[in-house]
Amino acid sequence: MYEILQKQSLNPTVSKMVVRAPRVAKKAEAGQFIILRVDNDGERIPLTVADHDRTAGTVTIIYQIVGATTRKLDELNAGDFICDFVGPLGRPTELDGLKKVAVIGGGVGCAIALPTAKKLHGLGAEVHSVIGFRNKDLVILHDEFKAYSSVCRLVTDDGSAGEKGLVTDALQQLIDAGNEYDEVIAIGPLVMMKFVCALTEKRGIKTVVSMNPIMIDGTGMCGGCRLTVGGEMKFACVDGPDFDGHKVDFDEAIERGRMYAEFEKHAYEETCNLLNKGGAKK
Amino acid sequence: MNPSKTKNPMPVQDAKIRAKNFDEVALGYTEEQARNEAERCLNCKNKPCVSGCPVGIDIPAFISKIKEGDYEGAYQEITESSSLPAVCGRVCPQETQCESKCVRGRSGEPVAIGRLERFVADWHNAHSQIDTAKITPNGHRVAVVGSGPAGLSCAGELANKGYDVTVFEALHTAGGVLVYGIPEFRLPKSIVAREIDGLKARGVKFVTNTVVGRSVLIDELFDDGFEAVFVGSGAGLPNFMRVKGEDLKGVYSANEFLTRVNLMKAYKAGAATPIKQSKSVAVVGGGNVAMDAARCAFRLGADKVTIVYRRGEEELPARREEIEHAKEEGVEFMFLTAPLEVLGDGHKNVVGMRCQRMELGEPDASGRRRPVPINGSEFTLDVDCVIVAIGTSPNPLIKDTTAGIETTRWGGIVVNENGETTRENVYAGGDAVTGAATVILAMGAGKDAAKKIDAKIRN
Repeated sequence: MYEILQKQSLNPTVSKMVVRAPRVAKKAEAGQFIILRVDNDGERIPLTVADHDRTAGTVTIIYQIVGATTRKLDELNAGDFICDFVGPLGRPTELDGLKKVAVIGGGVGCAIALPTAKKLHGLGAEVHSVIGFRNKDLVILHDEFKAYSSVCRLVTDDGSAGEKGLVTDALQQLIDAGNEYDEVIAIGPLVMMKFVCALTEKRGIKTVVSMNPIMIDGTGMCGGCRLTVGGEMKFACVDGPDFDGHKVDFDEAIERGRMYAEFEKHAYEETCNLLNKGGAKK
Repeated sequence: MNPSKTKNPMPVQDAKIRAKNFDEVALGYTEEQARNEAERCLNCKNKPCVSGCPVGIDIPAFISKIKEGDYEGAYQEITESSSLPAVCGRVCPQETQCESKCVRGRSGEPVAIGRLERFVADWHNAHSQIDTAKITPNGHRVAVVGSGPAGLSCAGELANKGYDVTVFEALHTAGGVLVYGIPEFRLPKSIVAREIDGLKARGVKFVTNTVVGRSVLIDELFDDGFEAVFVGSGAGLPNFMRVKGEDLKGVYSANEFLTRVNLMKAYKAGAATPIKQSKSVAVVGGGNVAMDAARCAFRLGADKVTIVYRRGEEELPARREEIEHAKEEGVEFMFLTAPLEVLGDGHKNVVGMRCQRMELGEPDASGRRRPVPINGSEFTLDVDCVIVAIGTSPNPLIKDTTAGIETTRWGGIVVNENGETTRENVYAGGDAVTGAATVILAMGAGKDAAKKIDAKIRN
């Protein structure tokens, strides 16, 4: 059992938890993920390590309430325990030697992009970040990104915070302004990553994306997380989660991500009904 | 002596009923049936059956105890050589091992050794408490990586010798392939849990949710004071067919399909982990895993399940009993057929599988006749789900994260005659070394490695 030490709501659907998991904390690097089960009958879901503290033995996760499991996870508070918490899994993001990088985060993907920005900043690289959200209520981690970036652009779909537009608009402007990036790192919804890659491919800028497909074990055992990258089958859990964005077949990944959409919707509604009936906390 | 030419039949759940549930199919012998079957054993002096047992159980000796009604004695006889009799009695391919050597098999059926082993183990489990006999600790610490058959037997053997053993498991439940792979109806999880509880009672510590190679490295285990490490990480990496359309929704590796069903309990109403509801399922492959997947698919409500196998019925590597059970339950077999492509609709859902007929040619390296495609024989199988059960390979994680561990071309960990890898004090056994094989071979390898580890540490 893994104790939740802190919990904080970042926006109405995104929360942050600091969990005691010394073994994971000891090894975790930017780009890696954990798999958790909320309770004994729970499913296994992957979540990226948003931060870690090796001395305190803690790992921070940031999650969006999108389905039954994250809804149940969100019922837990500081002092409660998560049943299973395994990691770190996947390969760390390779950041060595990068001098100037654009880090693009979309929605809750910003939680995954932040440790990368932080690490790059720590390595002395120049970080330009572009973070995008649907509207002002959903903005998370803006101050944190500002702290690690020399340029930080906030965009929202409706212009209710920062500039109105998409992350690709802001990235395009930065490139047009003459910024030459060694690499673009894009983490967010598949569609966003697809369009960032379309833009950077035209400009010939290497782009790394972090893939988050449906997974079970996270150790290479089931192959459920397979993707086509450069025409080859890859497992996101052991070969990734980072891949060369120009080689990823996003359309396939988008379809595969919808495989259980019906089931998930139903399970989410059931869970909400159950929790609301039971006089859920908060 | 019982002169019957046939085995006492195994009582089973009716095929029509069991095809709809996940309860155990084979119900086990009664005491009367077991004693009657035991009487078929001739107690041969040269014990040919023993030569067919990968771990050398003294089969005539345990069967003699059954004849005497001394079932606990029979159990003790088996556990001299085997650590998981309740498991092996259920899943060993007896027809190619012990029973293939039985003299009674020359004219009629061999003695039902597997069924007797299961009877004895179940009798013991029903009539005994978990053994908490105090073992004197010897002060030495050994780490075991993986809690499948190899790891469990290695841990058990070492614990009996007084070692302080810690087993690291990547998943949230211990048992390895016994819990994620083999379905409940063939091996109830309560049996695996009991074996693990028995080890815990003997002081073995289980650390789940720990991926050796990620959460902790082998080098760090030595830093933590472990004097030897046994790697029993199995062969968990699924092989795919490498044909077009394997990315479609509705194509599963057997590992994924079985893990969803067995470990994550997707077969239970209200389970949190989903599995796609399919009408017509093709399972590609002919081993036990293929049979397990096919029978699970049926139980999950598919109207039609077809095993697609590129060789003939004779060549099916699955246990005979599993093939028969699958047939009784309604699984169809399409032999001498190889998939060419999985076909999808606009949303990447499986709508069919293009196949080709094969004929058997000259024997290949495995000694089996090689399937050769028949030109112009292509046809489309109408399916909405394809389960790929064509084998698994060892996971490269430990090799990739541990200096000095050599592997073969196909990824098996190289070990010497002592079960020691090319890295000193790191041992390995089971599927991680041999590639996908049987529970009993893995168990035997774990047990042997334990003896070698003990000998090395004591000297």
